[in-house]
Amino acid sequence: MASDKLLSIQDLVLHFKTQRGPVQAVDGVFFDLGYKEAVVVLGESGCGKSSLAKALLRLLPRNVSRYDGKVYLEGQEIMGMDEEQYRQNVRWVRMSLVPQAAMNSLNPVMKVGDQVAEPMMAHHGVKKEEALIQAAKMFQHVGVPVDFLDRYAFELSGGMRQRVAIAMSLVTAPALVVLDEPTSALDVLTQANIFNVLKRLKKELEVSFVLITHDIATSSELADRVAVMYAGQIVEVSDAHRFFNEPLHPYSRMLMASVPRLRADVEPDFITGQPPSLLNPPTGCRFADRCPKRFAKCSEEPPVFNIDGIQVKCWLYNG
Amino acid sequence: MTDTQREVLLSIQDLHVWFELRRFGFSHAGYVKAVDGVTFDLHYGETIAIVGESGCGKSSLMKTILGINKPTKGKVMFKDQSIGEIGGEELRQYRAQVGYVQQDPFGALAPFMNIQRILEEPLVIQGIKDPAERERRVRKAMEEVKLTPPDDFLQKFPHMLSGGQQQRVVIARAIILEPKLIVADEPVSMLDASVRVEILRLLRGLQEKYQMAVIYITHDLSTVRYFSERVFVMYAGNMVEKAPVESIVHNSKHPYTSALMEATADPDANNALVYRELPAGEPPSLVSPPAGCRFHPRCPKMIDGECNVNKPPEFSADAAVVSCWLYK
Repeated sequence: MASDKLLSIQDLVLHFKTQRGPVQAVDGVFFDLGYKEAVVVLGESGCGKSSLAKALLRLLPRNVSRYDGKVYLEGQEIMGMDEEQYRQNVRWVRMSLVPQAAMNSLNPVMKVGDQVAEPMMAHHGVKKEEALIQAAKMFQHVGVPVDFLDRYAFELSGGMRQRVAIAMSLVTAPALVVLDEPTSALDVLTQANIFNVLKRLKKELEVSFVLITHDIATSSELADRVAVMYAGQIVEVSDAHRFFNEPLHPYSRMLMASVPRLRADVEPDFITGQPPSLLNPPTGCRFADRCPKRFAKCSEEPPVFNIDGIQVKCWLYNG
Repeated sequence: MTDTQREVLLSIQDLHVWFELRRFGFSHAGYVKAVDGVTFDLHYGETIAIVGESGCGKSSLMKTILGINKPTKGKVMFKDQSIGEIGGEELRQYRAQVGYVQQDPFGALAPFMNIQRILEEPLVIQGIKDPAERERRVRKAMEEVKLTPPDDFLQKFPHMLSGGQQQRVVIARAIILEPKLIVADEPVSMLDASVRVEILRLLRGLQEKYQMAVIYITHDLSTVRYFSERVFVMYAGNMVEKAPVESIVHNSKHPYTSALMEATADPDANNALVYRELPAGEPPSLVSPPAGCRFHPRCPKMIDGECNVNKPPEFSADAAVVSCWLYK
């Protein structure tokens, strides 16, 4: 495996056991990510994108029925590691997470400074004083006044809490941060400010991001690459410039057409129908039922075609 | 078509909605001035959008229009009735004329009622006793929101429907009494991108068909232009700009409106290459808002000695009405 890629995911699968059968939340996810790059994973609710974040960080619930595939982080395969190896070498050391609704995931009875310092103490075994110095540095990076170290989460506004959660993910200097819907609960101005912070962090700290979101317009604020997820699968992986100008997969096209635009005079359109259930997804292309361009071949599962460096899972691009 | 040619349906006059703060439950500790001097007219069949961030008072304004909060000062006039002063039977009749579309469809639908009972409820409350008549109207409303065929849905419970379908039920419930006014509080913010446009288009179609007036409350400027004729921008309890939608989009006046425009992205890969110029800080506390213009501590164009001292009155600037000293 070439290690010029920071992250390379191949055929990642995460299924959950339920009483009605396995839920195929993540079913064949693949993409690569270079150093100092950001990839956006776009998808609607229920497409398995949060499960993807859990699968990457190995924060799994108890009802997992199948969890396999290959994930290379800096050239090293991490899926085969045992739990302790993974904890010591990967989670929060080389890869960390800003969880969904991060603003509510802070511990209400701990000072935010102590919380941000905690990963340093747990993973690098440094003393609290040292860890707090590092936490203060991170606070400056994300734009939180340093005297907020002694405050509790409830004393901070939503935007500040989100910045603290980002600081906590960065304190151990990981190479990769997974952001799961980092701004979905925030106001427009706060959201734009957070994206300014993320852009600056990417430049200053040379960190890479996997940004998981459903918000297409704001995702373009950070994206170098785009991966589109539909019903547990990746249907298109593309370069951001090409994707936002002209996506290839019919689902990506319709998704782009559904975005209301402030500055262009185009009437947005919508996608009829609903995504399939992940309990018993259709055997062929999972988007076929809603696709305006479907043809006979679509009842078979499409492979991934490579069109000038864009990977697209659709029979339209066959040969 | 100018506004003056149409008759006024709803008139908000210098509305103040304050909530009293009490220390230890009894001693007075100030007011949260959620709505602080808002004035506007809404005409029959007109759609307006109220745009603002959370905590700017837009929900308090909406609740006052729905008759849930009482005005502290000022008036909400619906036709010839002052909403703050009525109660009992009159208030019930008023509510039949105003439909409400909630933000979170799942939270707005009772989980233990099936769709038929949910949609019948307003009819029962308004005293329609004939079950056959009720069922006819329920089916008609379901056809209107394209929950078809109705038989597939009538016996279902809210958790069996998708988010988009739930929102259709909420809309059906809001229109079933054929109201004159619909108040839609962020009706699509909880929905997926691909469904959002469908719901907005449905609302617009109903609005045009029945000539209902719609107040569309949102924080998302990009959906506003597909939906409303006029836009009111709220900041910290005040309306800072009132303008036709084209004027807001192409020629925003108030520095706060411009900041909102700057913060709203269109999908474009070049966004990743630039930083956005945004006002620092956060909206002020509504208990003791800043003197003068409430935006002045964050405003890049602040005029010292004016903006931080005197509260700006409304000035006309082109098609817009702006509360900002820059347009004196």
